[in-house]
Amino acid sequence: MVNLLANVGVWWLEILQRVGRGFLFFIQILTGLPALLMRPGLLIKELYSVGVLSLTIILVSGLFVGMVLGLQFFMTLSRFGAESALSVTVNLTLLRELGPVVTALLFAGRAGSALTAEIGLMKTTEQLSGMEMMAVDPVHRVIAPRFLASVIAMPLLAVLFSVVGILSAWFIGAGLLGVDSGSFWAQMQTSVDWYNDAMNGIYKSIVFGIVVAWIAVFEGYDTIPTSEGVGRATTRTVVNGSLAVLALDFILTSLMFGGI
Amino acid sequence: MRTTRTQEAWVGLFVILGIIALFALALKMSNFSSYKKEEVYRVNVYFENVGGLRARAPVTLSGVKVGRVEEVAYDPEELEAKVVLAINSGTNFLPIDTSASIYTAGLLGEQYIALEPGAEDETLKDGSKIRHSQSAMVLEELVGQVLVNLTSGDEE
Repeated sequence: MVNLLANVGVWWLEILQRVGRGFLFFIQILTGLPALLMRPGLLIKELYSVGVLSLTIILVSGLFVGMVLGLQFFMTLSRFGAESALSVTVNLTLLRELGPVVTALLFAGRAGSALTAEIGLMKTTEQLSGMEMMAVDPVHRVIAPRFLASVIAMPLLAVLFSVVGILSAWFIGAGLLGVDSGSFWAQMQTSVDWYNDAMNGIYKSIVFGIVVAWIAVFEGYDTIPTSEGVGRATTRTVVNGSLAVLALDFILTSLMFGGI
Repeated sequence: MRTTRTQEAWVGLFVILGIIALFALALKMSNFSSYKKEEVYRVNVYFENVGGLRARAPVTLSGVKVGRVEEVAYDPEELEAKVVLAINSGTNFLPIDTSASIYTAGLLGEQYIALEPGAEDETLKDGSKIRHSQSAMVLEELVGQVLVNLTSGDEE
């Protein structure tokens, strides 16, 4: 009995320790950000690997998600003779929810896992300790640029996802299904609010960017330095990152769009 | 760790694409362009029932949008709903006996306020009150009236 209690206690203490390490790590990253302004080259390299290389998956997913949304909403709305609401429905769905959330999920899978694996391997091969030996702070030199690049890339990717989705819904709706193209855009412009809908979506994607990047770099930095440990850390990044995004999305939605 | 020119170019393209998408979103896909900072003046109207009227609903004059609803609240002194209208300063010719009605755009659409100018020479100013108002139609009341009419017709 006492043993069981002790096990639960150990388990809980380990969680708390991880959370504590995570927060301290986060603060350490933040202190490394100002120095980054002096060396934008580091940032650009990471923006390339985190942002540009994620473009393909984001744009292609946006294309298909938009087309599917266009088709599905058209089928349901046309049952009520409300095809003209297609553009608004698709736009709000993408801007408020699917744009930020799906982008963040894909980002965690595409860029987050790569970050964790890269940093984890650096730790395993003792490159990070090597840097420390040379009095270079690995958190400032390796982690901070990757973190900042992710935070910058996420909102850009989410906006691109939404815009590509809307354009492909327009292609399906106005091009193939016969919704009037003019009213498609006009309805959108009257019913979609810039501050309440578009900006809130962008804020969401910034928050998701911070969380996913934080989880990814922390898992990499905190990995057990074996090949198995790197594998486990990569998995945890994707799983924890996705769960965090989905849970946070619920909280943010209820805060931003009311209801609760 | 040097970055190559191609990488830099790609990053530049990525950022520019993102910004273009943001502009497209603002200008084509949302109501950003209607957020022009317009000078407005405020007028109060009291309604017995505002129905589903919400803040930011349009205020129209012969169907042309001239302002928006700024606030809908219950006034405990007048015991009626108080609606504050923000009307564009360009529309400064509304007579003091203008009337305001709450209408619905479409059968189930959103509600808006329609102004109908009166005949007085004096015009509405900031803070003045519109005296004539027509409340929103409530579907249940209409149905009730129709039912009463139908049944009372039978008795005769």
